[in-house]
Amino acid sequence: MAVTRPGKPVQRARGLSDRAVAWIFISPTIVLLLAINIFPLLWTIYLSFTNYRANQPGRPVRWVGVENYERLLGSEDIWEYLQATAHFVGWSIFFQVVLGLGLALLINRQFKGHTALTTLILLPMMLSPAVVGVFWTYIYQPQAGIFNYIINFFIDAGSFTMIGDVNLAPWSIVLVDTWMWTPYVMLICLAGLRSIPDYIYEAAEVDRASKLRQFWSITLPMVLPFLMLAVLFRAIENFKMFDMVVELTSGGPGSITELASINLKREAFEKWRTGYSSAFAVILFVTVFGAGNIYVKFLNKVKQR
Amino acid sequence: MYKLRKCVAATALVAALGAFVSGPAVAQDKELTLCWAAWDPANALAELSKDFTAESGIAMKFEFVPWTNFADRFLNELNSGGKLCDLLIGDSQWLGGSATYGHYIKLNDFFDKNKISMDDFLPATVYAYSTWPKGTPNYWALPAMADALGWVYRKDWFARPEIQAAFKEKYGRALAVPTNWDELREVAAFFQGREIDGKKVYGAAIYTERGSEGITMGVTAAMYAWGFQYQNPDKPYDMEGYVNSADAASALEFYKDLYKCCTPPGHSDAYMVANLDAYKSGQVAMQMNWFAFFPGIAKDEDVGGDKSGFFVNPAQKVAGSTLGGQGISVVAYSDKKDMALEYIKWFAGPEVQKKWWALGGYSASKVVLEDPNFPNTAPFAADFLKAMGGVKDFWQEPTYAELLQAMQKRVHDYVVADKGTAQEALDKLIVDWTQVFKDDGKI
Amino acid sequence: MSGPSTRSVLEPSPWSQRLAALLVIVYALITMIPLVWIVLTGLKTPPDAIAYPPKVFFEPSLEGYVNLFTARSRQAPEYMASLPPPTSWYDELVRKRNMVITGPSRFAERYLNSVIIGFGSTFLAVFLGTIAAYGFSRFKVPLKDDLLFFILSTRMMPPIAVAVPIFLMYRVLGLSDTHLGMILLYTMVNVSLAVWLLKGFIDEIPMEYEEAALVDGYSRMQAFWKVVLPQAKTGIAATAIFCLIFAWNEYAFALLLTSGEAQTAPPFIPIIIGEGGLDWPAVGAGTTLFLLPIVFFTVLLRKHLLRGITFGAVRK
Repeated sequence: MAVTRPGKPVQRARGLSDRAVAWIFISPTIVLLLAINIFPLLWTIYLSFTNYRANQPGRPVRWVGVENYERLLGSEDIWEYLQATAHFVGWSIFFQVVLGLGLALLINRQFKGHTALTTLILLPMMLSPAVVGVFWTYIYQPQAGIFNYIINFFIDAGSFTMIGDVNLAPWSIVLVDTWMWTPYVMLICLAGLRSIPDYIYEAAEVDRASKLRQFWSITLPMVLPFLMLAVLFRAIENFKMFDMVVELTSGGPGSITELASINLKREAFEKWRTGYSSAFAVILFVTVFGAGNIYVKFLNKVKQR
Repeated sequence: MYKLRKCVAATALVAALGAFVSGPAVAQDKELTLCWAAWDPANALAELSKDFTAESGIAMKFEFVPWTNFADRFLNELNSGGKLCDLLIGDSQWLGGSATYGHYIKLNDFFDKNKISMDDFLPATVYAYSTWPKGTPNYWALPAMADALGWVYRKDWFARPEIQAAFKEKYGRALAVPTNWDELREVAAFFQGREIDGKKVYGAAIYTERGSEGITMGVTAAMYAWGFQYQNPDKPYDMEGYVNSADAASALEFYKDLYKCCTPPGHSDAYMVANLDAYKSGQVAMQMNWFAFFPGIAKDEDVGGDKSGFFVNPAQKVAGSTLGGQGISVVAYSDKKDMALEYIKWFAGPEVQKKWWALGGYSASKVVLEDPNFPNTAPFAADFLKAMGGVKDFWQEPTYAELLQAMQKRVHDYVVADKGTAQEALDKLIVDWTQVFKDDGKI
Repeated sequence: MSGPSTRSVLEPSPWSQRLAALLVIVYALITMIPLVWIVLTGLKTPPDAIAYPPKVFFEPSLEGYVNLFTARSRQAPEYMASLPPPTSWYDELVRKRNMVITGPSRFAERYLNSVIIGFGSTFLAVFLGTIAAYGFSRFKVPLKDDLLFFILSTRMMPPIAVAVPIFLMYRVLGLSDTHLGMILLYTMVNVSLAVWLLKGFIDEIPMEYEEAALVDGYSRMQAFWKVVLPQAKTGIAATAIFCLIFAWNEYAFALLLTSGEAQTAPPFIPIIIGEGGLDWPAVGAGTTLFLLPIVFFTVLLRKHLLRGITFGAVRK
């Protein structure tokens, strides 16, 4: 994608050399990232092998080896949080892909007014997730909330609670996330659809392939790389999910919606078990990074086909 | 080269701009910041403090944060060595940590010098809000706001003949203020789903909040009434058979049953504000809440006056109430410790304490509480004295936040999320707590 | 098959277009309900906001907005009666609830913080991003692909994973709860997006322009300043808005690293509470005011949206 065409040396008549300019231009960014991202990350890794507590400055810091990791991986609770996270990531992405792709296909019919409508649909994804979480607690209220009211309009469900019910709570966060991010998947799918050259369909028409067949053998394969990219970005974001869910359910009821990041925040900033929480952070980071890399390799293969 | 210089200049400008906007706001010399929770008593304190400003010329600034964010925010502030608060009215459970890690300054010398005696304050409040280690004469705060968990009920509903008749028919006794938890459950069940003035009402609003400390404060109100103890009185940190005793488990089961049978729909993450909301909007017949809110309820436009009555946390096997309340401390990172001490000195004065109670704050001073006329000063004053006579607090250990979070999880898992049994929840809680004490080197 | 059609085979039939339009409109309507609801809630009175069943038609009131911007305290009726008559419409509104205004609330301050930190970090991120993107686009940089991937990967980290060391670092440097600290932090998070996006935009600017300038005796810096930047204007503007939206909406760092001085609006909106009750109209009002700029920018930005949200990996 990136084509490098270095300036011809003969033209470097005045001013700084290209090499110097390049470094002057690039290094501030690198330095900033090293200082406020990589350095803290390395620090986190170091802390994960200690029993340090950020709220007990005077306490001697002891190297505890992999004790924190052992404790984490041996804890039942952690698996529950990871399961809750997997449920959330899996289902929210599933719904977003189905709805997003469907919407993109519909909008791609280019009916009158589709651009204005698209902009309108995009709004939810631009909002602050924390603020979205707050106002959905109001929307979900069993009595005064509009959600129950609408549901009861169609079926007689009585006053039920979305975020207080063990079975419904995990779906309540999936619903909000789907509401927010379906437009995102839609937008990327739309770009995919528009990238398919017309002549392929024209050729298919000539071959008298049915519309359904065209969808399966042309549209879907051509959109797939785009869709996979959307899934990658959404998966990373939702794996890190904190703000929307913490404001909506604060992990409850019990620990039903306690996602990994929510628990991480509790361990790090409420219990102040810095060493332990650092180990958890490292595990999460390695998971995202590792899975992300494998996925990108896979994505590149799909692209090459 | 010239362009480069321009670039550098631009960067410098940005940095300068950043420094400008972030530079400490020109610190006003004669100004103190007091941090507390955002609730009725805080407004009363702001009102009271006007006198201090008038006397000393020191302006008061307030930073009030809602309870659900209170601990999170101010413990974070203390742990980051922040200078936001000069004075902090911190929760009783923070004393251990704040004393141990030096967030608060020790007040003994200051008390001696200014002839402030802890004997002038209710012993239970001095023990709970001032001392660390517990019960020793090491003072880290001045008792500022005495508080305990109590109950409010709709006196007007209780008094209606048709409601009384219906209750008598159902339970064979007169509808009255509950004196134990069984009665409380009966009354709550009686009101649950009943139609009053054309509106469906519910039994009781109880604490079920997950995020901060809500459900623990609620559950312990029941557990203390069943005689709950945190540890073996003769052997500290020995919790087996205490924390998970049969009585503790039945109290927890009882609380869950109350939650399932008699609370408004969706009352699954409720703390003080949610309970107040439910009560003030006429949804529930009773609510559990801190005494701190009672003056506000008594003068509320909808449920105030004769419409509301108050009662002390019911006993079951023994009498006991969950302790609330806070002491006022000087933050060690403040640049204005002297002025802050001056405020405490002023606040401790008997006249100020009297006015504090009159404005709706709960003074812990004997001058106020031991006045023979005190029980008549408010409809809840007598109950308040009774409650303060039997208060119990959560752990005040330096690791209290961990202990609390463990309890929040285990109890919420059981009560709201239907996970396991009460016994299992408490057994797991002992495992969690033991680990915390082990990590802290206590056992 | 209905025989050979005169239309292009690719043009969807009118009825299918109509059906598609209908379905999309239905989706748009459903998805707008929560947004409309929150805006309406901002215009309700507190009793209307918790009415059952929910009120769709109501008499609008500015009480939510008044509550959002003021601190109030409840007073006894006798005291209320002793007050001089209200001097303003908002005073009157508050007094109806037996309350008096005791001062301004913190909302305006928090909003201003959002503006300062949002714009400050955006400026810095775009500045750094532009020059770095130019560097990557035009010069031979050793390990270029690795560096670019490194820049991208910093975005994968859960913010809470690095929050503890940043918290410790800021504690030592005295940057906690300062505007500068937050600006640097958001710049760090945004700069990866800025570099990737801007590199895409700058890659599209033909090299020939600069080469011509260099031949004319411009230095590299001058060529960058006078030739490349003007060409990249649109890209820079689009990038800036994306950075601004991120900084505007960020919550986790703001929650953990700010308290009194530099707190932004997202951690503040959840804690708007009225006297003894969650004040939904005030929350609705605050949310509406907070969302307004974003809605504005979204409309402004719709053409570049795709590029921004995919790190430039997909271009329209």
